[in-house]
Amino acid sequence: MALEVMARATAPIPLDVSFRVEPGELLALVGHSGSGKSTILRTIAGLWQPSAACVTVNGTPWLDTSRGVVLPPHHRRVGMVFQSYALFPHMTAAANVMAAMGHMPKAERGPEAQRLLTLVNLGGLEQRRPAELSGGQQQRVAVARALARQPQALLLDEPFSAVDRATRETLYGEIAALRAHLNMPVVLVTHDMDEARMLADRMVVIEHGRMLSAGTAAEVMFDPAALRALGIREAGSAITARIAAQDADGLTRLETSAGPLWLPRIEATIGTVVRVRVLGHEVLLSRTPPQGLSALNVLPATVEEISQGEGPGALVRLRAGEDTILARITRRSVNSLELAPGASCYAILKSMAVARAQVFPPPAAAKAGEATRG
Amino acid sequence: MDWTALWLSLRLAGWTVLILLPVSVFVGRLLAYREFRGKSVADALVMLPLVLPPTVFGFYLLIAFGGNSPIGQFWRANFGQQLVFSFEGLVVASVIFNLPFAIQPAQRGFEAIAKEVREAAACCGLGPLRSLWQVELPLAWPGLMTAMVLTFAHTLGEFGIVLMVGGAIPGETKTIAIAIYDRVQAFDDGSAAIMSAVLLTISLVTITVTFWLSARVGRRLG
Repeated sequence: MALEVMARATAPIPLDVSFRVEPGELLALVGHSGSGKSTILRTIAGLWQPSAACVTVNGTPWLDTSRGVVLPPHHRRVGMVFQSYALFPHMTAAANVMAAMGHMPKAERGPEAQRLLTLVNLGGLEQRRPAELSGGQQQRVAVARALARQPQALLLDEPFSAVDRATRETLYGEIAALRAHLNMPVVLVTHDMDEARMLADRMVVIEHGRMLSAGTAAEVMFDPAALRALGIREAGSAITARIAAQDADGLTRLETSAGPLWLPRIEATIGTVVRVRVLGHEVLLSRTPPQGLSALNVLPATVEEISQGEGPGALVRLRAGEDTILARITRRSVNSLELAPGASCYAILKSMAVARAQVFPPPAAAKAGEATRG
Repeated sequence: MDWTALWLSLRLAGWTVLILLPVSVFVGRLLAYREFRGKSVADALVMLPLVLPPTVFGFYLLIAFGGNSPIGQFWRANFGQQLVFSFEGLVVASVIFNLPFAIQPAQRGFEAIAKEVREAAACCGLGPLRSLWQVELPLAWPGLMTAMVLTFAHTLGEFGIVLMVGGAIPGETKTIAIAIYDRVQAFDDGSAAIMSAVLLTISLVTITVTFWLSARVGRRLG
């Protein structure tokens, strides 16, 4: 049930994109506001029509301008979460969710709405109207309503931008956990690189309606074209780790494929798999095992690629076990350490450099086979 | 107290509201959602009866509906009576004259619905009709309510246009507003006072009920 999208237009904004999202995969469209990423989402939903476009879901065309096929939005099985949530203000949370169940027998709608609202942690609030719910709760209703349509594609348009930072981090965790229940393609539109890196399996960087770069987070983060658009400070990677022990001195020990990591306390049960975001400028490199150093985390790694920028910096892509680490160091250090593809070295990461916000549950793809819903 | 005139006025107001309700939903929605060439002209046309003196408006309708006009001849050919100086003619005139009172508030009501909410309805699988019924009408309700109450109250009190198009035929076109004028002309201040008080009470009650209802809706939507 893959989603294939091709869109071209010159007005009102230039557009030239083409991508494919697999079932169960979360693709993030990343770009600044006005880059055209929301327009792409609206094209998939049928709320906007570019001059030349093709949207195919599981081989069925929703839109094909070359053959004159245009399915109106209400005939597309699409789940859309709007930036403003766009809940129906006169309906309760349950009624909002049931409004999207026109395809189901009436008797099944109530229990199904109950089940979905419980799934998004809103059990007990079914009879509240949107005005009586907090921003985070409204977002959860919007997600439940999008899922109620049993969509063939789930579209999320900046769904976290209208809530405060603390709520956002909770919602990230919930969405990541929810993905275990989803088996349709998911497209997330965001301007927040962290959000994309933590939630997405793959990302597409959009600027002026064109695809600058596409690939996994690690690939995009190493792509000079993408970094020019996003800013070099965004360069970073995500390491998959398993919580191994909670030490008495306030640190949590995690196991990665390359070795142990100690980070400030992460409140999670032992065995939980998380993703740790590591920014390029937080990583030090050493050719020899470092000694007499305050940093606790030293991972043996191999240099895969070095990308020299125009300034004094260089971006080094390292393989540490099964993970990729990006390190931003000076060109001077690249030369003095004689770093080159294939060279082995040690990546050093300060425990205290990783904030709580940099640890997330992993995307569902990392735990393949857990999809439960047919 | 001229009960025939009161009943005639209520019937006229009722028919006007009944005909203008679907019209205001259709036109109000169109003007609220769509951008099209000549939209400002359409907006102005709808508002025209508001600024035109009723007698001027009545005069043009009299000519347009008259026995020699195409409309008047069409009406006589199909319904066997003339359009002017009849209740039916009064309803048609009243509907046209009340267009701004019905369409403007309805348009504001539909404009108050966020575009994303309408788009969300489509994304939820609601077709245009179900979206109108389940989402738009409940949300535009205060606007439509205002539209209907204004139309009703305005029709009850309309004087100039009724006199021009309808004359003052008892039981056919003599509304309560004209009956009051009639009584005053005949120095029957007592009857005029009673009928004025009845009209005042009806107007006050409808307006109060509207405000109360829209305040309730406002609280509900928070």
